[in-house]
Amino acid sequence: MRLSRRLAAVLVLAAAPLMAAAQQLTVSAAASLTDAFREIGTRFEAVKPGTTVRFNFAASGVLIQQILQGAPVDVFVSADQETMDRGVKEKVLDAATRRDFTSNSLVMVTPMAGAPTLSRIADLTRPEVKRVAIGKLATVPVGRYTKQSLEAAKVWEAVEPKFVFADSVRQVLDYVARGEVEAGFVYRTDAELMKDKVRVVLTARDHAPVTYPAAVVTDSRQPALAREFVAFLSSAEAQSILGRYGFGKHD
Amino acid sequence: MSELLQQFDAAPLALTLQVAIVATLLALLLGVALGWAFARTRLPGRGVLEAVCMLPLVLPPTVLGYGILLLMGRHGVLGGWLREHFNYTVIFNWHGAVLASALVALPLVLKAASTAFSQVDRNLEAAARTLRQSRWSVFARVTLPLAWPGILAGTLLAFARAMGEFGASLMVAGSIRGQTQTASMAIYDAVQSGQDQAALLLAFVISAVSVAILVASNRFLAAR
Repeated sequence: MRLSRRLAAVLVLAAAPLMAAAQQLTVSAAASLTDAFREIGTRFEAVKPGTTVRFNFAASGVLIQQILQGAPVDVFVSADQETMDRGVKEKVLDAATRRDFTSNSLVMVTPMAGAPTLSRIADLTRPEVKRVAIGKLATVPVGRYTKQSLEAAKVWEAVEPKFVFADSVRQVLDYVARGEVEAGFVYRTDAELMKDKVRVVLTARDHAPVTYPAAVVTDSRQPALAREFVAFLSSAEAQSILGRYGFGKHD
Repeated sequence: MSELLQQFDAAPLALTLQVAIVATLLALLLGVALGWAFARTRLPGRGVLEAVCMLPLVLPPTVLGYGILLLMGRHGVLGGWLREHFNYTVIFNWHGAVLASALVALPLVLKAASTAFSQVDRNLEAAARTLRQSRWSVFARVTLPLAWPGILAGTLLAFARAMGEFGASLMVAGSIRGQTQTASMAIYDAVQSGQDQAALLLAFVISAVSVAILVASNRFLAAR
């Protein structure tokens, strides 16, 4: 009797980590979603008790690279359609689960203190503007949106020598907040987070609409749970959290 | 293969060598001066000062990078002053990369120099003094030549370290192609954006260059 009880206890203890892992979801999401998603994750865990959501935030291009290299991720959320398209094309993302759930806008920001006052995109060509921070074009969606906008305004080539390329939109924000650059391009939601350190000068135009798609990773070990998470992003609760951070509807 | 070579971007390699050479020279000058001071004088607070100088060797690169940012950034104590009075900054230009690399290279030169100097026979220096050589002449003609092999060995290590500097340089100078993007940063960028061939080629070239430098310096040291 005693032995079988001990055995049962050992088996339960040994299985505990397995049980915990069985309900763990790994979500790789674009850096701009960091704060909103942490809250959404907590809500999802409350709605589905026994689930733990683990987040991995970085530039969308970096995240898809990790997934292509086999990172054990369940859900991928991108800040643009292009990166999502790549994942679908390479068959690491399940196209049937792909869904847009929110949107954002691109803004030009300057440091709150000690920087020249700018009012138009063309002001970036002024000599007082020595350095402009934008996301790396190959991996950071916000950098590509910025390029589209600046090319449309015909100032891309003039400003190109001044660029400092950042690893993510949050790094662009950091450079501007620190005052190491005279201007930068981030999403409105990121600028909102550092209202005391950065000033929004204008909303950029003439770029592809900033929409966020989410999809389940093909090799996910939790496909059902992953699909539920993607669906949850369109729920009223998640949408209201996103709205509070300044994200828009996806259409 | 030939199109790969055509695509090969030599700018990061050239910048790496430029930054490493300047940084090593700075580390050499400062390291020899400090090494001599630690070996030959009894400065008050010597122990603490020596520990501070050796810090870059043990500090995580991000801590070092952040420290430099705090000091030399726009709102930093030194950085703000330089920007205001000389319109000069080390942030986001290759001088910042040199500063970060020199800081990590310094401990290697310093340790080698102070060890080498403390091993020079002081009787020889005393003998030179009795032959009416000035202090500076004693240093230049007796002490330094005797300590030189040890200093050189430390300098070569420092150069190798400066060539490989990545974390702190990335934080301070950023990765701006043609201006601050060294080979390590170029490889990092290439890997992140999935350009495996470019990354592999650059990694191979920089490894070959590093090995060549080490082999040449070993031969040089052995020949002495």
